[in-house]
Amino acid sequence: MAQIGYSKEVMDHFMNPRNVGVIENPDGYGKVGNPVCGDLMEIFITVKEDKIGDIKFRTFGCGSAIAVSSMVTEMAKGKSLDEALKITRKDVADKLGGLPPQKMHCSNLGADALHAAIKNYWVKIGKIKPEEAGPEESEEGESCGT
Amino acid sequence: MIMSGVYLDHQSASPVDSRVAEFAGPFLSTGLGNPSSLHSRGLAAKAALEEARAKVADLINAEIPESIIFTAGATEANNLAVRGAALRNPALGKKLLASQIEHISVLNPHKDLKKAGFELDLVSVDSTGIIDLAALERLLGKETVLTSVMYANGEIGTIEPIKEVSALVHEKGNLLHVDAAAAAGKVRIDVQKDNIDLLTISSNDLCGPQGAGALYVKPGVRIQPVIFGGGQEKGLRPGTENLYALAGFGEAARLARLEGAGESERVKAIRDALIREILKIDEAYLTGHPAKRLANHASFRFSRIEGESILLTMDAMFDIQVSTGSACSSRTLEPSHVLLAIGLKHEQAHGSMIMTLGRSNNPDQIPAIAGATKKTVERLRALSPL
Repeated sequence: MAQIGYSKEVMDHFMNPRNVGVIENPDGYGKVGNPVCGDLMEIFITVKEDKIGDIKFRTFGCGSAIAVSSMVTEMAKGKSLDEALKITRKDVADKLGGLPPQKMHCSNLGADALHAAIKNYWVKIGKIKPEEAGPEESEEGESCGT
Repeated sequence: MIMSGVYLDHQSASPVDSRVAEFAGPFLSTGLGNPSSLHSRGLAAKAALEEARAKVADLINAEIPESIIFTAGATEANNLAVRGAALRNPALGKKLLASQIEHISVLNPHKDLKKAGFELDLVSVDSTGIIDLAALERLLGKETVLTSVMYANGEIGTIEPIKEVSALVHEKGNLLHVDAAAAAGKVRIDVQKDNIDLLTISSNDLCGPQGAGALYVKPGVRIQPVIFGGGQEKGLRPGTENLYALAGFGEAARLARLEGAGESERVKAIRDALIREILKIDEAYLTGHPAKRLANHASFRFSRIEGESILLTMDAMFDIQVSTGSACSSRTLEPSHVLLAIGLKHEQAHGSMIMTLGRSNNPDQIPAIAGATKKTVERLRALSPL
């Protein structure tokens, strides 16, 4: 039978999101998405010995957008920056027991926000140049929901 | 399955009235024949069908029961009206008009007719959803074969000035199609007084069974079928009739005729209190017209949060079922064309919540609904970076 609605894991992370909030003066900050498209998420990180110490998020968006943000913070916490950078959109969706197909792109920006936060930190400490951080992997400029 | 909680999505699906279920139930199992058969059981089925037709005709004050063509729902009736009227009347012209906020089952057949060489113009609405009569007048012409303007909008509740629309269409154009799926039973409809040529009704919106609807076709107005088969429903909607659903539809129409006004007054009092309470929430706005709206309809938008999250939180945390016009909850991920037509920006349209009341709602539920809405909005705003 086709899955009906969101998975149990998505609803759990939606109803009880982990790591919600803001970090004042974060080491890294990433923001992706676009309110016009209905999803905007930001991730704050602190870095300690090249590992993610604290991590917080805030998200405007649908159920899966909030669940994805919560899950990606949980997956990234304590990981080295290199490891965290390897977390993909698909990893997050898999860990959530899957997402409805039409939500795979529009609401699945958690990994992108995490990567943006890590690169923002690397730019700050001079490990990479701003242009090497690449364009923000956001849906901005693209048509929504594709 | 027994449902508890507070159900506020009657626009999407209404529980069948228990009296309707009791009336229609026997049609499932008593072994009536096919209404087209000439034996006694067939005739009994035909009699039940015609009784249902007369009841539906009575609800909208149709001239004769035969002006009611039964369909499998409002979507089918809308397709039959638009395609059927446009394609049957080439002599009347090849231009079409529809309001911007028509239901997709009206808009899409209109758009599809462009492939058959028709020209389509959409008539704008104001910020409350009321059709721009001056624009309608400007766009109407002798070659406008069909104009579709809904009686009331299901997403924002706004009731259109159908009398004025009808006068304009019949003065400057030709046929008028009115989708009354959301309005029937809640607003007193008189197709003769309002001079409507084609009118769509849905059974479930009257608390009748799903899978039944009707198109009223004014005597003398010609349409053609969109599906082909036998001669049922004057050849306009072939296929063996769904007797159970249609018998229930008829009974629901009879009850709506009798009780609709009183029920509307009852739910309006609850609805008004809900609107009053919910608009106390910071940055909460009513969508649609403040007064000219369906008695059971309350629709809102909230800044900085998204509608699907509102729906899920209301459901999971408070067992209250609402609807939303947010893009994220739709199959296409497109924001509601209705909310965009009334001038909302995409990010505003995302934050919509629709409550449609019905028989199961009572005044005792008001504080719980208002309180749950407030907590839901606060919870999501605490999560939002906006």
